[in-house]
Amino acid sequence: MSGAALQASAPARETMRGGRSSLTRSRVRAAWIFIAPTLIVLILIAGWPLARTIWFSFTDASLNSLADYQFIGFENYVANYDGEWFGLLTDPDWWHSVWNTVWFTAISVSIETVLGTIVALILNASFPGRGIMRAVILIPWAIPTVVSARMWNWMLHDQFGVINDMLLRLGLIAAPITWTASPDTALWTVVMVDVWKTTPFMALLILAALQMLPGDIYEAAKVDGVHPVKVFFRVTLPLIKPALLVAVIFRALDALRVFDLIYVLTANSRDTMSMSVFARQQLVDFQEVGLGSAASTLIFLIIALLVVITMVAGQVRLSGEVR
Amino acid sequence: MKVLTRIGFWLLVAAIGLFSIFPFYYAVISSLRSGADLFSVAYLPERLDFSNYVAVFERQPFGTNIVNSVIVAASVVALSLALGITAAYAFGRIRFRGRSLLLMTILAVSMFPQVAVLSGMFELIRSFGLYNTLPGLILANLMLTLPFTVWVLTTFMRELPKEIEEAAFVDGATPWIVVRRIFLPLMMPAAVTTGLLAFIVAWNEFLFALTFTLTNERRTVPPAIALMSGSTAYELPWGTIMAASVIVTLPIIALVLVFQRKIVAGLTAGAVKG
Repeated sequence: MSGAALQASAPARETMRGGRSSLTRSRVRAAWIFIAPTLIVLILIAGWPLARTIWFSFTDASLNSLADYQFIGFENYVANYDGEWFGLLTDPDWWHSVWNTVWFTAISVSIETVLGTIVALILNASFPGRGIMRAVILIPWAIPTVVSARMWNWMLHDQFGVINDMLLRLGLIAAPITWTASPDTALWTVVMVDVWKTTPFMALLILAALQMLPGDIYEAAKVDGVHPVKVFFRVTLPLIKPALLVAVIFRALDALRVFDLIYVLTANSRDTMSMSVFARQQLVDFQEVGLGSAASTLIFLIIALLVVITMVAGQVRLSGEVR
Repeated sequence: MKVLTRIGFWLLVAAIGLFSIFPFYYAVISSLRSGADLFSVAYLPERLDFSNYVAVFERQPFGTNIVNSVIVAASVVALSLALGITAAYAFGRIRFRGRSLLLMTILAVSMFPQVAVLSGMFELIRSFGLYNTLPGLILANLMLTLPFTVWVLTTFMRELPKEIEEAAFVDGATPWIVVRRIFLPLMMPAAVTTGLLAFIVAWNEFLFALTFTLTNERRTVPPAIALMSGSTAYELPWGTIMAASVIVTLPIIALVLVFQRKIVAGLTAGAVKG
């Protein structure tokens, strides 16, 4: 990479003496040379695999013979044999995983936004030990997801878990709960662990927005004797709304892709299976590359659609940032 | 009333702190207990029993797993920064047609669901003969780190004053010299921030590591911990799992505590994913 750039800079040096416009031209050429390695790598490891995944979704490829497949059109998505419907779009398990993912995203991101705002407001107040607190709340975020899933698995163990023990001691429950196995609690358990892990991220983004607010409005509100809660809803919330929206969108896009947490916490259980877990199960466990790729393609389309909507809606601000 | 508000405030602070730390604290306590001790709940450490820490290295190649993780994460950081800084210079300091569109496209890659590239990446890695190897994982991980590295570094690069490179260009320096001699030193703080974020992403990555490795000796830490099992499926060695969890979490916690400010700056500058 450095070799290519150096070679290119030799003629660039010549033209640079020629004046302003050739200087600009040589800088633009340098820009493309500097960007080229990154672009090539991204096309190779992101663009090409994505294109192949979409292509595989129209084939009957299987994992142990990836090179030997046939084009079957939309049959992985929907097909009809002798009046019976097959394919992903008719598979209740797929729709169940879609529902799980949407439910998980909506509930966990809502809770994280509310809790994140509360934590950010607290960290925005000045009190002794604030720096330590800010480091402490980063810990859940920094622990690898797989590790936190395992830690919670152990804490939520139905027989020897500390959570059941606490709740029993406090008299809140009469018998131990099988948190991750019972269909009633499994998805809530996943939400709880995700809230534990990701609220810090939310809090930090909101805190950054809070710290950019001008102090004099608050002085004025204090002088006028406005109640702090009213100040929050009338002044703070409208002012941090743009930052809050960005944080919510980032989190939601992340939550829609959820894999590690659910895979480790509850394995391939149907009660909690997310879209990503479903797709990987088809791909790897059942070796159905065609069907798994179809599921992957749908996940990509859903997320791409959301990204496009977000980008169009937020175009003004984003383009302002790029300039 | 004022006193009550203060007490309430401190209770809230204490609750947040406790909630954040307790799971890790409990993992440490559990890792120091073994055998039948684990079948009763303890809130305080009783005695220090390090047999789980010995077992985790004796019963599986966990040492190798850690080395693998370090190699993968360090290589991913080095490659992301090398590619990212050169690209960020072009994006942040030079005006050219299609710049915004290209930057947006790169940002869009960081929104890719990992599973969407899984089958294509599997084919790619196998065709390069990199299945079940560390270079395969390094390549795959770049998809996760490179887009946000470029994005965050571009944000930092743009904030540097314009006069810096103009003087150098007047003196006849080439863009490459400007990047290496002027921007590289100036970008060190930003590079540390982005590098830390990339390291954490690569250190924690699970789906690629699970799918593109086959043997225990080639696994990185996350799949090794996720797949740790006992003699039967119902008898998980919880003490050993907790010991392994503590071992891999400690360096990350140390990094976070030391570089707290830098990490927060990086997170909020690019609003990258967690």
